[in-house]
Amino acid sequence: MTIMRYLPHTPEDIAAMLKAVRIDSLEGLFAHIPDDCRRHEALNIPEHLTEWELNDHMDTLADSMAVSPDYKVFMGAGSYEHYIPSAVSFLVGRSEFVTAYTPYQPEVSQGTLQAIYEYQTLTSRLLGMEVANASQYDGASSLAEAMLMTIRVSKKKAVAVSRAVHPLYRRVLETYFEPTDLEIRELPYLGDGTTDLSPLKDMDDLGGVAVQSPNFFGCMENVEDIKQTLENKSALLVVCFSEPLAYGLYKNPGECGADIACGEGQSLGIPRTFGGPALGMFASKMKYVRNMPGRLVGETVDLDGKRGHVLTLSTREQHIRREKATSNICTNHSLCALAAVMYMAALGGTGFKKLAQLNYDKSEYLKSALTSAGFKLPFSQATFNEFVVEFPAGFKKTYQRLMKKKMIAGLPLDDFYPELKNHYLLCATEKITKADIDTLVQEIKK
Amino acid sequence: MKETAGTTGLIFNEPLLWEKGKTGRTAFSLPRRDVKQHPIDKNLQGNGPDFPDLSEVDIVRHYIRLSQWNFSVDSGMYPLGSCTMKYNPKTNERQSALPGFAMAHPLLPESLSQGILKLMFELEQYLTEITGMDATTLQPAAGAHGELTGMLLFYTYLKSKGTPRSKILVPDTAHGTNPASASLCGYRPIALKSNERGVLSPQAVDELMDEDTAGIMVTNPNTLGLFEENIKAVADIVHAKGGLVYCDGANMNAVMGIVNMGELGVDVLHLNLHKTFSSPHGGGGPGSGPVCVRKDLEPFLPVPRVIKKKGKYELSEDFADSMGKVHAFYGNIGVMIRAYSYILSMGPDGLKKVSQLAVLNAAYVKDNLKGTFHLPYDRPCMHECVFSDKLQEPYKVTTLDMVKRLMDYGFHPPTIYFPLVVPGAIMIEPTETESRENIDLFIESMKAIAREAQENPELLHAAPQKTRRRRLDETSAARKPRLSG
Repeated sequence: MTIMRYLPHTPEDIAAMLKAVRIDSLEGLFAHIPDDCRRHEALNIPEHLTEWELNDHMDTLADSMAVSPDYKVFMGAGSYEHYIPSAVSFLVGRSEFVTAYTPYQPEVSQGTLQAIYEYQTLTSRLLGMEVANASQYDGASSLAEAMLMTIRVSKKKAVAVSRAVHPLYRRVLETYFEPTDLEIRELPYLGDGTTDLSPLKDMDDLGGVAVQSPNFFGCMENVEDIKQTLENKSALLVVCFSEPLAYGLYKNPGECGADIACGEGQSLGIPRTFGGPALGMFASKMKYVRNMPGRLVGETVDLDGKRGHVLTLSTREQHIRREKATSNICTNHSLCALAAVMYMAALGGTGFKKLAQLNYDKSEYLKSALTSAGFKLPFSQATFNEFVVEFPAGFKKTYQRLMKKKMIAGLPLDDFYPELKNHYLLCATEKITKADIDTLVQEIKK
Repeated sequence: MKETAGTTGLIFNEPLLWEKGKTGRTAFSLPRRDVKQHPIDKNLQGNGPDFPDLSEVDIVRHYIRLSQWNFSVDSGMYPLGSCTMKYNPKTNERQSALPGFAMAHPLLPESLSQGILKLMFELEQYLTEITGMDATTLQPAAGAHGELTGMLLFYTYLKSKGTPRSKILVPDTAHGTNPASASLCGYRPIALKSNERGVLSPQAVDELMDEDTAGIMVTNPNTLGLFEENIKAVADIVHAKGGLVYCDGANMNAVMGIVNMGELGVDVLHLNLHKTFSSPHGGGGPGSGPVCVRKDLEPFLPVPRVIKKKGKYELSEDFADSMGKVHAFYGNIGVMIRAYSYILSMGPDGLKKVSQLAVLNAAYVKDNLKGTFHLPYDRPCMHECVFSDKLQEPYKVTTLDMVKRLMDYGFHPPTIYFPLVVPGAIMIEPTETESRENIDLFIESMKAIAREAQENPELLHAAPQKTRRRRLDETSAARKPRLSG
């Protein structure tokens, strides 16, 4: 057999170790497994590849994907293309972060622990919340866990969720709620692209109300109005997001009165990688911390009184509380949280605001170019870096033609919202140039 | 004894991010502005986040110094039981970073994303074959997420047969995620005692299994590192009452090419790609928790599913009985790429060799430390072995003291105080990627610590001493939580 580079045992090692355990062959190690439990045929998977054959194979697969700079992808919808500073990619690739386990042994994990503590801090500041956890899987599971948390806090049996929340997040939420006796009510959206709050007036039995801001259509919700509507009601206000860069420009969830802020942090220095791994961000008011899902890092001191960090409040978690835990989450997305804090630190408060403004300006330029070309923007509410356009009937053909020219003219919405035929969600981040936008609009007009 | 790796050296202090930095610095090259600034709605405008401004040199030094405070697989042996801290191959990192993968938008038209769809399709096939099951979903983002998916499959399947039922059997050796995942699906976990041999007895299962019990969650090999030898009989009992068998496949590293999980009577099984299939743990994720099922449960898998039609790969939602979705998109593709690369690098013989050597290493540790430490279940082990601190009790030295001392020798501690059925448990999983020399040194170090426990227990109570921080005050951290600065 070929020598495998990850397996250090020489035949002599194997022989000596087998002798030490008084077993005559490698097969003999499994002699205690009942024969009818043994597998007798070889695994039917491809023969092994050398490193160089693997490189060729993977290059071929990767080359078939449509990515920038070859393609101009004007698509956001929960996954955004931003520049990632080389320093961030380099630092997050450090072996000591990448190949460590969950920091259960704090004396030899202070690097991860301090970095996560810093992530929690910068996340709290970004979202305007008092406490953030060490991460969830993605925006969708964050929303599902947030709604379950509102139920734990309120002891109610129903939640309301805006139809302008990412449709894929809502499907995950529905899946999480399916085996429970909890009800999800949908809040429709208005003609300006924001959530219709009028149904809330008659709902007094809600544990939580969730909106997304910017919402799936890119529109900023009037979160402060929702907070007012919920005054004197038991429901917690959950503000979800898929593009946290927006809070460099717009008021953050905490400022608008959110009890829980949750969403997707992929924008913050994490490559898109076809949707995952991403970063579930999760934050709340301090008074709800004991109902929070997921890990938390806290500051403490060691025996000599020196500052250090540990995992804390773990009596909420599955490894201590088992079936009574606030969530089943164990492995989270620690390394993605690290990438996010490195990215936030690299931009700094000043850079973050400037980058947010630039995203906004690019998409406003795209908006004006499209309206000048005669296309309609159905929703009037302010947006951040993406927005909805209504193209004339039959635009699908144009869309296909643009694809051949290596331009993806946004996401068609009719699969998610049958009522929005010929509506497309377009996004322009800092990676899209004015020239890219001009070319796109010229081609659409043809 | 050879010199161990543990030593002291120049380690740098480093403040918190916001204790350094100065307004006006940046580590970001702001993209060129080629469009005009546009006014913004004043009612919605905010002040932006209060982040420190740092230069590129500031953040590089900051995180390099922090990284040096961590123990990692790339720096030393990490025998953390049930976590499979094997070496993480570097070629996998190259593959997942290829721009075609890393920059791909998840909602690209299928015709423009054939490469990743093909990879997903083939990875599903390989995992199905390695487990001996019939179909696989890659959507769950972690092991516990796979368990949740598995329980949702139980629920959806049983509901389609009439009633979802209300209880589920969970052995006392199970990982805490098992009961937590079950209860998230409305199942009340019923604790099942393992027998004096450390495995499930068919009689115990028979007494508890009834028509209101959805089935059983088994970990095989279990968390004592033992093969559940009665699994087939247990599965027969559960099936006879209309229930299903869930297998937590966290310990699959012991049985690749050795055991066919499908033939054992397992209906649903999750894998941890970040354990068995070599993707790095990242300090606590991201992982990936694919779920493999037997044919009857396939229609209920999450959507979309990758299908192949006329040589082209598609994402299909066309499964009316599906349980729904657990991830916004398709799961942790970046982790899947690493697992796929690993499987192709190893091939069928390589994977079987992995399991053989993982078991050999564990058996070797077990035999060599037996007598030095109490071995509660003295039986042939699989990929890990579990000791306790019983023999050190007379010296008032605990498992915690001993593993903290192990840090001074340059090893990461094993898993401790788990499984719960062994008081003071020390759970050691060397994995196949540790050489005989490393394991010998580990064994010698453990023996040296056992001697120290007798001769100088104070040394152990005060351990670790070579780490940057000594033992941390976890009690006051929980009593007065300080969760942000």
